[in-house]
Amino acid sequence: MTEFLQFLLKGISVGSLYALLALGYTMVYGILQFINFAHSDVFMLGAFFSWRLATWFKLIDPSPLVATSLLLAAMALCALTGFLIELLAYRPLRRAPRLNVLITAIGVSLFLENSGQLVFGKDPRSYPQLLAEHTFSVGGVNVRSVEVIAVVTALALMVALHTLVYRTKIGRAMRAVSIDHKVAGLMGIPVSRVISFTFVVGSALAAAAGVLVGITYGQIKQPADSSWVLYGLKAFVAAVIGGIGSVPGAMLGGLLIGLCEQFVGGYISTQLRDAIIFALLIVVLLVKPSGLLGRRAIEKI
Amino acid sequence: MSLLEVDALDVHYGAIHALHKVSLAVEEGEIVTLIGSNGAGKSTTLRALSGMVQSSGGTIVYGGRSIVGLRSDEIVRLGLAHAPEGRGIFGSLTVRENLELGAFSRRDGKVRSDLERMFERFPILQERAQQSAGTLSGGEQQMLAVARALMARPKLLLLDEPSLGLAPKIVQKIFAIVAEINRDGVTILLVEQNAHLALSVAHRAYVLETGEVKMAGSASELAASDEVRKAYLGVG
Amino acid sequence: MIPAAAQPISVTRALTRSLLPVAVGLGLGLGLGQVVPTGTYAEKILFDIGINIILAVSLNLVNGFTGQFSMGHAGFMALGAYASIVVTYYGGFALFGDVGCHLNAQGYGLYFTSLVVGGLVAAAAGYLVGLPSLRLRGDYLAIVTLGFGEIIRVVLQVSYAVVEPEEMATVDWWERPLHLGKSLGFVHQGAYNSLSWTYAAVVLTLLCAYRLRESTHGRAFLSVRENEIAAEAVGIDTTRYKVNAFVLAAFFAGVAGALFGHQLGTGTAARPEEFNFMKSFEAIIMVVLGGMGSISGAALAAVTLTLLTELLRSVQDYRMVSYALLLILVMILRPEGLFGTRELWHFLRRRRP
Repeated sequence: MTEFLQFLLKGISVGSLYALLALGYTMVYGILQFINFAHSDVFMLGAFFSWRLATWFKLIDPSPLVATSLLLAAMALCALTGFLIELLAYRPLRRAPRLNVLITAIGVSLFLENSGQLVFGKDPRSYPQLLAEHTFSVGGVNVRSVEVIAVVTALALMVALHTLVYRTKIGRAMRAVSIDHKVAGLMGIPVSRVISFTFVVGSALAAAAGVLVGITYGQIKQPADSSWVLYGLKAFVAAVIGGIGSVPGAMLGGLLIGLCEQFVGGYISTQLRDAIIFALLIVVLLVKPSGLLGRRAIEKI
Repeated sequence: MSLLEVDALDVHYGAIHALHKVSLAVEEGEIVTLIGSNGAGKSTTLRALSGMVQSSGGTIVYGGRSIVGLRSDEIVRLGLAHAPEGRGIFGSLTVRENLELGAFSRRDGKVRSDLERMFERFPILQERAQQSAGTLSGGEQQMLAVARALMARPKLLLLDEPSLGLAPKIVQKIFAIVAEINRDGVTILLVEQNAHLALSVAHRAYVLETGEVKMAGSASELAASDEVRKAYLGVG
Repeated sequence: MIPAAAQPISVTRALTRSLLPVAVGLGLGLGLGQVVPTGTYAEKILFDIGINIILAVSLNLVNGFTGQFSMGHAGFMALGAYASIVVTYYGGFALFGDVGCHLNAQGYGLYFTSLVVGGLVAAAAGYLVGLPSLRLRGDYLAIVTLGFGEIIRVVLQVSYAVVEPEEMATVDWWERPLHLGKSLGFVHQGAYNSLSWTYAAVVLTLLCAYRLRESTHGRAFLSVRENEIAAEAVGIDTTRYKVNAFVLAAFFAGVAGALFGHQLGTGTAARPEEFNFMKSFEAIIMVVLGGMGSISGAALAAVTLTLLTELLRSVQDYRMVSYALLLILVMILRPEGLFGTRELWHFLRRRRP
């Protein structure tokens, strides 16, 4: 039982990070119908931007204020990165076949990984301890304070995003654009700007996930490490399982993937974990391609 | 000076020459209708006017300025709204959200009161305000499309096939509303396959055939002309 | 083109036409193996080039010909490598009673069998992955194949340690294929491969791809790429063609893997890490840069990029950055790839097909 609860907790903690990432994939897919392969690299940059700032300014003492400002700074920098990626790489291809956009996305991903490696070096970096670490035991289950804070932060961001998408004017515009670009234009919605905004928001969330990874694990892998891409892929799987294009679906999917990963890793095999998640993806795509909360079935073409 | 002046408008879809030197004018306060058979270029004309498709030649002058090359959202801001073919309702959004989107470009504070006015004019939309728009019937969706376009407070409203797929009784109702809107001061450019209905409500009309203007005149003149009666009114 | 094909031609001419290129190509391929001394740097580079040509040209069957998008080519390559090593290692033990390299007729026969088995295993996997997922939209195939590649890699990592000859008796024969050396890789002594084998396979791949494109099958492939709905409307079973292309591509990737797994120095250990998605991406870059649908374009891109990789080894870090930028620029400025669907000789003759 204790073991079960431990896996559950860990699953929620990892799952909330997947959910943050999955939101970026699902929003871009919803609005432009392509897999933004570079998203996992923006996530990586979020971790490295904050690491770089922290080491530059020698922010080594744990402080919630510093942690929050680093989080916001990384989100702002990645939002800018996302904006530039869309503007320079994807916008020129707005009318091109989707395959070309996908290849471009792979190009952007490779570019960010390898230039990240040039800028930030080829070694894993230890991430400064931005928050005081306490571990307390609840009914035999070890709970780390940083993990709790990470989950709460992730949840807060998700609530904020949900409010943005479903309660504000720009959110309505985003949903309208994801349904029909042309008609959205007729409403007076500046479609290109809304698409930019979607990248900005998604990238900021990815950056937050990157910072939370650093805070939770105290170490970040080198920029071109395949674990970043794998993180991203699993988050994309989460978005598909939740129903691509659906914001609540991405959150649910992220959580499910996190739990699944921990339980499979805990009870079956850590090594087979990723294989099982991809197998799950294939099964979902074959059985219910629209995902759990997806509205649109996947067209055949 | 007409509200809208179109001169020698050309539109190509790839290799297909969809509009061929179309010229027309709409005066302030009028209802002007474009009639013609399927594929004559009626909807394409509206799309070119609202920036949904790019024209390949000719001029479009609206309210004294050229709007060729402007994006849809810029054109709407000038007071030219378009209720597109197939209604273009955002099915997964609520009726209210659809209406609010219609006023997206407006910065004045009167959106809320306009929404109330719209609900008065279309009581059924008030009833269904919180429902997702995809659950509405065809007639209700058409009303929503018209209401949503009106939320932009347009000077000129482009209406594409409002009768499409609707029962005759509902069509009557929609056309009554069109006339009413016009009385309130909105100029209307109406595309309609049902020529009889269109000519009954319009002041003037243009007949389009294979992307070209074939005839033009007052609605009553055209309704009386033999050619129109034969080709489009199914008489004689 | 069509009238020429419609004219009846004599049997001898038909045979010459179909067999001559094979004979000449194989001759050249085998000859290359005799000219270049083994164990040299030149041999290593030529070997890398050969493998990359097979990978790029076979991936082009899917990504270029049918316009689908596979990102799991490394997975098929891994399957081919491991399946073929299972044949030469465990099969070799059954045949010879040891696991050494037998450079004689029997040994080469075994190796040839292992290449075919490697290809077939990969092809079977291609069928299993392709059949259901090719019904999905293009970018979903991309993610499914990427996932598939990762599954293969992960599963290979959790295999058991290689059975040493002296332990062979303790493991049943049917359990042996599960002993693939874990994440360390399948280390063995069966360095059967040579440039002759490699380039024979290169020639066969090129000829197969070319023949396929010039056949009615090939036209069906291209029609799927250009317009799927129209292709279906004229009665082309698009899914079948897509699956066929996919299976064939997997076969050649499997063969490439098998060659790779038996190359002295590089592949006498096939490591799961060798076949991660960067390997798939590299093949994609070659196809995209060379031209989606152009066989010689893909092959030329494979040659160029392999050589560049060697030349730029000292500036390794900048290499991938510039490849990535090149990829983005090509997509924006020349979306059909440098060659498009044209072949090298179309440029030489200064006319389009």
